Amino acid sequence: MNIVAIIDYDMGNLDSVSRAVEECGGSPLIITHPHQLSQANRIILPGVGSFKDAISNLHLRGFVEALAIQVFEHKIPFLGICLGMQLLATTGWEGGETPGLGWIDGEVQRLIPTTEDRRIPHIGWNEVHIERESHLFKEIRSGCDFYFVHSYHFCPYNSDDIVGRTPYASGFASVVQRNHIYGVQFHPEKSQRIGFQVLRNFLTL
Amino acid sequence: MPTKIRIMPTLLYKEVGLVKGVGFDAWRRVGSAMQAIRVYNMREVDELILLDITATRDKRPPDFELVDELADECFMPLTIGGGVRTIEDVRHLLQVGADKIALNTAAIEEPNLITQIANHFGSQCVVVSIDVRCHAQQKYEVFTHAGTIATGRDPASWAQEVQDRGAGEILLTSIERDGTMSGYNNDLTAKVSTTVSIPVIASGGAGNYQHMASVLREGGASAVAAASIFHFTQQTPLEAKRYLHEHGFMVRL
Repeated sequence: MNIVAIIDYDMGNLDSVSRAVEECGGSPLIITHPHQLSQANRIILPGVGSFKDAISNLHLRGFVEALAIQVFEHKIPFLGICLGMQLLATTGWEGGETPGLGWIDGEVQRLIPTTEDRRIPHIGWNEVHIERESHLFKEIRSGCDFYFVHSYHFCPYNSDDIVGRTPYASGFASVVQRNHIYGVQFHPEKSQRIGFQVLRNFLTL
Repeated sequence: MPTKIRIMPTLLYKEVGLVKGVGFDAWRRVGSAMQAIRVYNMREVDELILLDITATRDKRPPDFELVDELADECFMPLTIGGGVRTIEDVRHLLQVGADKIALNTAAIEEPNLITQIANHFGSQCVVVSIDVRCHAQQKYEVFTHAGTIATGRDPASWAQEVQDRGAGEILLTSIERDGTMSGYNNDLTAKVSTTVSIPVIASGGAGNYQHMASVLREGGASAVAAASIFHFTQQTPLEAKRYLHEHGFMVRL
């Protein structure tokens, strides 16, 4: 069975991710210390809250280098959810300019409201339009609804890193992937059947 | 493209079971919370709101163990409210599986709490719940403590203030309409939704699907909360969405 490390860095909502992983046939392991990372063959970085606090908590707990070793040396598949996806970026702007993990080149900026989509945060169900094939979206058709709740979004510099986009506030990248590093802006753990399919796909990589 | 309209069943929790009242009074038992969550889960509803309506009155913190058990069965977005007073309460609720926290009395008494939560956990998890009574000449007033204490505040200006302080959403309840199934207060909802740019969830009064369509259209709500209609009639969230879809609204089906 896949042991899925779920990183606890005091940025909320771990229990739902953990329960969803369990329901999808994985074995979740909530970890608070980097030395526990070696037990896992999948890593999930969840998170809600501000970019600046999140990066600072990851540094304080020694996760930044430890995660890089697992992901780049041991090639452990990695999934960032919501803020966890945004942290993959080079730079975040929430709470002031802050360097991110820098694993996928890009910036995290505030959603800019449009006349039609004037309400920020973007909260609720919205579509993901698939732009290129990815194992993460196996057996999921383009245009399915997922649950979003966020005010910032990831703008990758390189369009090859974008797997899916969502048509809100002039559109944003809602799924990114570079090799075995994945990020989703929506909450698969709260997106019911279709969200569980994403998690199952991650478990069967 | 706008976000899809959300339909959010509201579960009111009091001591040991689920209840539903009329005008914030005359509570009736309506079954176990766990059972309700399992059913809503199976039916894939958009979101759930679970409010402990006596915690503040009894000066109790939220029942974290109960929320933990319920959240374990809830694979949809879950908003928890009732008795939340400190940032530690929020941290604890998020840890056991809540996605959003509803503040009502505490937001009025300690408005800085809204900002603290938004700064630390993000605006998206702060829902400010505003309970409103309508006086003569459509004059509205915000009430706290489950509708028992008048605050002298106007709902639209309070809504503006909570948005400025970092709230991510407003749950707006008309106390008079609550449980009557006579329709939402569209006028109140419009006053608030045109003032703020964060989403407004209309609550109180849903009796049929037309009521939902009218508060979405005339009240500018982004979502509708409803309880009695789902507890006491054969109407369901899914049918409501089909109705709204046929009437030109974007929904998740």
